[in-house]
Amino acid sequence: MKDLTGRALNIAQVRGASYADVRIVERVTQHVAVKNGKVEALEQEESLGFGVRVLVNGAWGFAAGSRLEPKDVERVVTQAVAIARASALCKGRDVNLGAKIESKGVYETPIKINPFTISLDEKIGLLLKADAEMRRVKGVKVARGDLTFVRENKQFASTEGAEVKQEIVECGCGIVAMATDPATGDVQVRSYPNAGGRHQQARGYEFILEQKLAENAGRVAEDAVALLRADQCPSYDAMTILLDGSQMALQIHESCGHPIELDRVLGSEAAYAGTSFLTPDKLNKFRYGSDLVNITADATIPGGLGTFGWDDEGVPAQKSDIVKNGLFVGYLMSRESAHELRLGASNGTMRADGWNRMPIIRMTNVSLLPGTWNLDDLVADMDDGIWMETNRSWSIDDKRLNFQVGTEMAWEIKGGKKTRMLKNATYTGITPEFWNSCDAISNEKSWVVWGTPNCGKGQPSQVAHTGHGASPARFRNVRVGVVK
Amino acid sequence: MLGQEKIRELTQQVLAMSKAEQTEVVFTGTDSALTRFANSAIHQNVAEGNTEVRVRVVYGKRIGVASGNDLTPEALKRAVDTARAIAMRQRENPEFKSLPAPQPIQNVEAFVERTANFSPEQRAQVVNALCKKAKAKGVVAAGAFRTSASEIAVANSLGVFAYHPGTVASLTTVMMADTGSGYAEVAHADASAINADALAEEAIGKAIKSRNPTVAEPGEYTVLLEESAVEDMLNFFAFLSFSALAVQEERSFMRGKSGEKVMSENVTLWDDGLAPDTLALPFDFEGVPRQRVMLVENGIARGIVYDTPTAQREGKTSTGHSLPAPNSMGPLALHLFMAPGETPKNEMIKNIERGIWVTRFWYTRVLQPMPVLITGMTRDGTFLIENGAITRPIKNMRFTTSYLDAFNHIRAISRETKLTHEEWTGGARRMPAIVTDGFRFTGVTQ
Ligand SMILES: [Zn+2]
Repeated sequence: MKDLTGRALNIAQVRGASYADVRIVERVTQHVAVKNGKVEALEQEESLGFGVRVLVNGAWGFAAGSRLEPKDVERVVTQAVAIARASALCKGRDVNLGAKIESKGVYETPIKINPFTISLDEKIGLLLKADAEMRRVKGVKVARGDLTFVRENKQFASTEGAEVKQEIVECGCGIVAMATDPATGDVQVRSYPNAGGRHQQARGYEFILEQKLAENAGRVAEDAVALLRADQCPSYDAMTILLDGSQMALQIHESCGHPIELDRVLGSEAAYAGTSFLTPDKLNKFRYGSDLVNITADATIPGGLGTFGWDDEGVPAQKSDIVKNGLFVGYLMSRESAHELRLGASNGTMRADGWNRMPIIRMTNVSLLPGTWNLDDLVADMDDGIWMETNRSWSIDDKRLNFQVGTEMAWEIKGGKKTRMLKNATYTGITPEFWNSCDAISNEKSWVVWGTPNCGKGQPSQVAHTGHGASPARFRNVRVGVVK
Repeated sequence: MLGQEKIRELTQQVLAMSKAEQTEVVFTGTDSALTRFANSAIHQNVAEGNTEVRVRVVYGKRIGVASGNDLTPEALKRAVDTARAIAMRQRENPEFKSLPAPQPIQNVEAFVERTANFSPEQRAQVVNALCKKAKAKGVVAAGAFRTSASEIAVANSLGVFAYHPGTVASLTTVMMADTGSGYAEVAHADASAINADALAEEAIGKAIKSRNPTVAEPGEYTVLLEESAVEDMLNFFAFLSFSALAVQEERSFMRGKSGEKVMSENVTLWDDGLAPDTLALPFDFEGVPRQRVMLVENGIARGIVYDTPTAQREGKTSTGHSLPAPNSMGPLALHLFMAPGETPKNEMIKNIERGIWVTRFWYTRVLQPMPVLITGMTRDGTFLIENGAITRPIKNMRFTTSYLDAFNHIRAISRETKLTHEEWTGGARRMPAIVTDGFRFTGVTQ
């Protein structure tokens, strides 16, 4: 493999590249899915290839191929150089990557149990057990469960002398129960441990065992059926809401994680994912949230889906402040964008979805740091409010300001106690107003590193796996439901 | 591109390696390139060549699937062995009967050499012209120009062999003025048929017209929805309503409604993967020929799409709408059409007393599947209509409305239709613009 990277970099330089990097990536994905007592999917996918990124005449070119023969390497590198020359026909400012990156080393996700050594029988058995528990509950129309295992081996080398090797392992799982009432057309779902039935971490099979799917299956199914008969969540112009940890993870991902991507801020995604309200003039000046709100981007958190040794530009994993005591203080950056705004060195957030994609700025683990409240005390402290659990739908505008969120299940809180169950609960807001209304965050006892294994961005489309540490938090004066 | 004969050999080679009672091989090969621009310059420019071989083996009623992108004999053997190892540990699927038997497949011309050979310089020239036009008008250009060539083949041990090559070119752009933006998109199998000039004019015009937007109050409005917005609605109908799995699982409004009125009388929707005016694909991922399926005819529910498992469950035959195995999503209508109406698009606005012009929707999500209750935002060209004309640009609005309800209140449909390419599924949509009443806006962004 070292032959291949050396050869690719050499050809790129001979053909006129001022900078080149090459990544060889092999990804193995195993997927087990069970639905209504049947094994619906049992598959293994393998994908191997390499991608070459070159700078010629100050402009980028990228090409990727699935065959690793010397003649294919030459062809793909030549193609990347030709593409860069074409880019230069319509270029903006010349790309400047700032200081050299010469990282060297090896990184492996620390795991206790290698998921690829666990038999398919055991994996299927685990899901079938949870499935049976769910279908034992009368009124469940569809029960399903999923396991996902990913192993990615990647090698990165650049003409600046960087050379790193990484093995990233992830395990994901979840169950979903769906109940329907054909008479009213009502469809209700309940997922565990995360929305849509998939929680994922960069850990071994021990993560799957800890989730105790079968033990939670009965409750999940009962919730789905109970939701059919639950009262519709009323609408309020201004209500106190308490969001559970997984919903907070999504709130962070969508209303903080995306708008702090510096490529969006600079317009790179304008025609597709959108731009950002967090423009450079707001850096170190804008009050993003209340004093309690502290958000970091940290690629070193154990188990996070945004945890690695180096990003796909060879920049070491690191932790940086994004929001400090409510003040907006940092972006997710690449080498190029950090240099363009003179913000110092990149904080290492460039990742590519496999060998056939060019790296773009991605969330690492963007987390809300825990507060001081015990969760029980937080509920007891609420006179009149609504507790909302598990995301069901999410929508936000292209600047990441106006959002509307639906959750799977909600509870009315009166006098510090959960009272009646509510269905179809939604809340809506404007990002900074919302975060400034945060008046309580629960402590580290309820803080979990949630995984979002389905973040879409870029053209051609790329799916990233991101992590978000979060605990339940309370917000005041939030619009609930769809009020006229 | 490997070509039909090489791929036939390769699939036969894989079938010969397998000892299973039934075996299926799906080959996909893609050479694609995409030139992306922002701030009126190319900033990302990529190309990719990839192949995938997906093997499904059947032992009794046990099925295993494995895939890989390495075409060496050793790697193909490994895929077959992995699929077998998986099947051996699989539980029996009592519903499984058989892989499909061969049926005649119609050839449809969808491959344009010019598109397959389109060079990075050619793409850069098109983009450069578009960016120059933007600069001349004082707006900023962003967008993407994609050209790709692909081959799909399905073979199985019952004698199925289906092969189809196709090309796609698509150009999308967002033009940005200081406080406004405009969107336009176009797709065609032939890259040289893409009129970048017209596209740029359309988006630039919108960007300039949408400067200095003001707030329109949320509430119910008559809306003029351009083709891109209508496409979003068709996508949700395809996914939530027109699939046999959605009907069987009691989450589609089509359930039990065959022959009954479900939409306005002027609405006719069908799926046709063979049509000359779509991005055709004459068979599905099980190698079953795609049938033209009438979904809604003059407002009356007529049909839904099936793959082999959902068809067998009802004692029917597949309509040729399977996705690649293993598939938990069920069948999907990939080539939806909405019939054009009588009104020229530029006259549709005339009878709107007070309404909103929507260029496209953004970030649309399902709240409730049965009524296709969706929330989302407008984007890149939203205007207030008063007394039959656009009077002013407005800030983007959030809507929370039932798409089904919207398709029950359609009062005008444009005579012209537009073709768009859908990246995630590789499918295509052809639809007109529409005017519909009672569309519910529930918020405004800043
Ligand atoms: Zn995302």
